[in-house]
Amino acid sequence: MSAFLEVKNLTVSFPTEDGLVQASNDISFSVDRGETLAVVGESGSGKSVTSLAIMGLHNRKSTNINGSAILNLESGPIDVISAPEDQVRRLRGKAMSMIFQDPMSALHPYYSIGDQLSEAWRLYNKGDKKAGHKRATEMLELVGIPDASKRVKEFPHQFSGGMRQRVMIAMALINNPSLLIADEPTTALDVTVQSQILQLLKDMQKEFNMAVILITHDLGVVAEVADRVNVMYAGKIVEQGVADGIYYKPDHPYTIGLLNSIPRVDQLEGKRLIAIPGQPPSLINLPQGCSFRKRCTFADQVADNLCATLAPSLDMKENAHFSRCHLTEKQLVAARGGK
Amino acid sequence: MTQPVLKITGLKKHFPVSTGGVFSKGKGVVKAVDGVDLEIFPGQTIGLVGESGCGKTTVGRTVLKLYEPTAGTIEFNGEDITKLTPKQMKPRRAQMQMIFQDPFASLNPRQTVGTLIGNTFDIQKITPEGGKVEEIQRLMKRVGLNPEHINRYPHEFSGGQRQRIGVARAIALKPKLIVADEPVSALDVSIQAQVVNLLEDLQEEFNLSYLFVAHDLSVVQHISDRVVVMYLGKVMEDADKKDLFLNPRHPYTKALLSAVPVPDPKIGRARERIILQGDLPSPVNPPAGCVFNTRCWKVQDKCRTEVPELVQIQPGHKIACHFPEPASK
Ligand SMILES: Nc1ncnc2c1ncn2[C@@H]1O[C@H](COP(=O)(O)OP(=O)(O)OP(=O)(O)O)[C@@H](O)[C@H]1O
Ligand SMILES: Nc1ncnc2c1ncn2[C@@H]1O[C@H](COP(=O)(O)OP(=O)(O)OP(=O)(O)O)[C@@H](O)[C@H]1O
Ligand code: SF4
Ligand SMILES: [Mg+2]
Ligand SMILES: [Mg+2]
Repeated sequence: MSAFLEVKNLTVSFPTEDGLVQASNDISFSVDRGETLAVVGESGSGKSVTSLAIMGLHNRKSTNINGSAILNLESGPIDVISAPEDQVRRLRGKAMSMIFQDPMSALHPYYSIGDQLSEAWRLYNKGDKKAGHKRATEMLELVGIPDASKRVKEFPHQFSGGMRQRVMIAMALINNPSLLIADEPTTALDVTVQSQILQLLKDMQKEFNMAVILITHDLGVVAEVADRVNVMYAGKIVEQGVADGIYYKPDHPYTIGLLNSIPRVDQLEGKRLIAIPGQPPSLINLPQGCSFRKRCTFADQVADNLCATLAPSLDMKENAHFSRCHLTEKQLVAARGGK
Repeated sequence: MTQPVLKITGLKKHFPVSTGGVFSKGKGVVKAVDGVDLEIFPGQTIGLVGESGCGKTTVGRTVLKLYEPTAGTIEFNGEDITKLTPKQMKPRRAQMQMIFQDPFASLNPRQTVGTLIGNTFDIQKITPEGGKVEEIQRLMKRVGLNPEHINRYPHEFSGGQRQRIGVARAIALKPKLIVADEPVSALDVSIQAQVVNLLEDLQEEFNLSYLFVAHDLSVVQHISDRVVVMYLGKVMEDADKKDLFLNPRHPYTKALLSAVPVPDPKIGRARERIILQGDLPSPVNPPAGCVFNTRCWKVQDKCRTEVPELVQIQPGHKIACHFPEPASK
């Protein structure tokens, strides 16, 4: 059996005046229904660009997209990268759905919440406006908006940030999608509201048996919800594996560095943080060799200056993790501090 | 005992706002800060935490007298500065500086780094010993910027580097107190640690005091000596860092801490969460009694009518709650 979504060698680049922006490079992964894949990485590492490609939301004329992203639907597989645009449009909102980074940009300010939800539902269902509003109210109740039958008539600006995010989730789920991509769904929210929303997403995933891709830069959130994790850096997946492995036996110096650099609320010793030096490279003139080399504190351990000359491939390591790094298993153990 | 660098007592800042819809025009006030006490000693970091809109930024700006306080007193180095005019404040400004959240918006895009840092000397009409340019370059080096980049503009720097420019400006006049308002929130995780470490090193070097405003409790826990938790303009809890994180006594603090995700899957899965219902009420119309009562998981009738005072519940540990959590151990 193949997973619900299979992404293979997906590459997205944008020709610009300054040169070609290689935003997302040779991305391969899969997610099945009922499973949560988290995507972490710093700003500009290609998390959103990759998701938008899967949703078929890039302008095909001004964007170079290669590779495939196959949805294994009951009616048969469809590659959303090569399928005709109108066919992909018919999958959006139904087979696959997305919650966007900025909820205000995704909600129309002049239409009521109910009208917007009802429109989304009526795209795929026979029913009049009244039926649409009934369904909208049900969805608002499901995502925990109090007084749903009254609030359904209100406008986005009358909702708080947390409630807008709930509306976004209601909108994304109104047609029972099989795949949900949530792009930083809680980044703009306070922690107490964040935990409500994460719980809601978990409940909804169970209810609809969805495949979920959760994009975030918060390693705490990832630890809480992910079954598997893709760690991205400068447009590439640099490490891929099950969540526990990523946290307890990270196989890439970037992941190791990230985990060392974050303070933890449950660790009170006040040890100095171990920062990753430097900053990510420009995606226009990516350096030869490993994109992380300039910030990597272990690169000089690799023989023949290989990190500077040869880009590492995404290889399987001992613990069934994939990592893009030239270090040997023994060197990785040392890099993890003996673990 | 040493004298606090900063002591604020009963600080209030209310903003006038128009309320009501199109048909019912009315005037009200946002009680952005509604009675806050805190003290910062030399070389100490106080973390100020709480959810969006609880008044953290307003406290910071009022302390620096960028806003006129509505009530209460502000003492800086033992001197009451509450009533000082902007002109009287000017010489004292060198001693108290601010670092802003958004390194993009807080730097004038048309000025070079050299000008941006140099301005701080010009405003105070100070010529640094050894020359202005030399001092600017020394500062740039100190915060981890390449001194050769003195003629570059903000857009030529990354987010983390821009925040370093902000830090260089803040320390240029060797202040005693820095109010840092979400100084790392806009930065990438891998860059945050660089700036946090820099702030810690500078504190040690200059015996700086920080009022560190942030909503990220993990960062606050790391950098602070004491932590003050705010909710809707009021202090809910104020305690030594260890005490607060290991033994929170206020139901709000307890819920807040339990909601912070921990980057460790096994611990994350095992942790018990207190999920608060609903959102923050409007500060124009705060709940009667305890301001937290609409979301509190321990609420009783008394909470809806009587305002709990901020009282010392154990040495060095204050809370405002009628039904505190028991002390552990
Ligand atoms: N339409 C476009 N044209 C040119 N460059 C683009 C375009 N869209 C995105 N990029 C660039 O592609 C890179 C990856 O962007 P992306 O939005 O995927 O980052 P991200 O990982 O989602 O970051 P963040 O955490 O900030 O949301 C960035 O350098 C971005 O500037
Ligand atoms: N100049 C102003 N005029 C009117 N209301 C204001 C003003 N500044 C702040 N407020 C209001 O005061 C309250 C407290 O705002 P403040 O910015 O201090 O919160 P905060 O805790 O810093 O929040 P955040 O975490 O979002 O930065 C909010 O309700 C805000 O809308
Ligand atoms: S006073 Fe009452 S409502 Fe307020 S925190 Fe305590 S128990 Fe909760
Ligand atoms: Mg993004
Ligand atoms: Mg603020």
